[in-house]
Amino acid sequence: MADRKRDLLLRSIIERNPIALLVLGICSALAVTSQMATALVMSICVTLVVACSSCIISIVRHQIPNSVRIGLQITVIATLVILVDQVLKAFFYDLSKQLSIFVGLIITNCIVMGRAEGFAMSNPPMSSFLDGIGNGLGYSFVLMSVAFVRELFGSGTLFGYEVLPLVSNGGWYIRNGLFILPVSAFFLIAILIWILRTIDPVQVEKD
Amino acid sequence: MAHYFEIIIRSLFIENLPLSFFLGMCTFLAISKKVKSAVGLGSAVMFLMVITVPVNNLLLNTVLKQGALAWAGQPDLDLAFLGLLTYIGIIAAIVQILEMVLDRFIPALHATLGIFLPLLTVNCAILGGTLFMVERDYTFAESVAYGFGAGGGFFLAVVLLAGVREKLEYADPPAALRGLGTTFICAGLIALAFMGLAGF
Repeated sequence: MADRKRDLLLRSIIERNPIALLVLGICSALAVTSQMATALVMSICVTLVVACSSCIISIVRHQIPNSVRIGLQITVIATLVILVDQVLKAFFYDLSKQLSIFVGLIITNCIVMGRAEGFAMSNPPMSSFLDGIGNGLGYSFVLMSVAFVRELFGSGTLFGYEVLPLVSNGGWYIRNGLFILPVSAFFLIAILIWILRTIDPVQVEKD
Repeated sequence: MAHYFEIIIRSLFIENLPLSFFLGMCTFLAISKKVKSAVGLGSAVMFLMVITVPVNNLLLNTVLKQGALAWAGQPDLDLAFLGLLTYIGIIAAIVQILEMVLDRFIPALHATLGIFLPLLTVNCAILGGTLFMVERDYTFAESVAYGFGAGGGFFLAVVLLAGVREKLEYADPPAALRGLGTTFICAGLIALAFMGLAGF
């Protein structure tokens, strides 16, 4: 049983990564990764929302009529997202301004819907919760690695602290403007997919 | 008039939803293998955005905004925190109604757009369009222009990507990059080209 739990938690990080293998939840992955701080906040928000929504939906799964299930899932998810959004606005106002509409867009993040529909509807609450956390971690893994590269090479900082001293501040590093641009996230994710699929060739797409 | 034209051009090219804000990525990447289905998806998005953005704008200005309920004798009420829940509800409802109306009155159009419509309820581009409208405080007429421009931008981007991917059928990339990997790179290159339009 313990093995199964660990499996639920860990399999989504590399083997069944929601972004790299299942192509879910990419929108926000690209947009919030220019700094590690915003990426971290976004990862935490998404992990919380996925875990809680999976758990709640799994608790009421026997009461949900099949024909209105999508509507109900969206309502649960939207309520959780509103909670997260309000908390961010109340306690971390600057961060919530930086994330602008992307917190709201967690509602339409396919990872959340995908796990609710694909896992929580047919599994008990505890495993759904763990599965949610696992998928959140997989998402965070991609987000944080992309943000790490983008912030390090784009601005020479990590979490806002200077790591590579910039020429403009009397250091030696000339920052690479491409990594600040959102476009770089496309290439970084492509490289990440390349690496993940080389490690684990089962994921390679057939013709 | 020039002002509305500016909003359309801006949302079409410079602030293109998929290519500069990465909204609607999941559908954007998943349904761009063939130009034909990309055209179907693109028109469905455009159609839906022209309707949902103005409707949500009306709702915001008559019900949700602080002081908007003054006509109902509640000048201090601020329901803005209910925004997300209402917008997604409205979008889901419009998708359902649209599907039924199209099926009943314009079956030809339903046949082309039909399979894409239900997918679009959870498309970030549709909700994102509404949220940008809220953030920028557009008037009703502006929101119509924005809906049209943003939807058109999605259409343009998805058809372009599909065109490139059709050509790539015959290319021979490393096995691990096949499919998703190359699609990401193509989308990145197209986005880079679009940035030229913004004056970088």
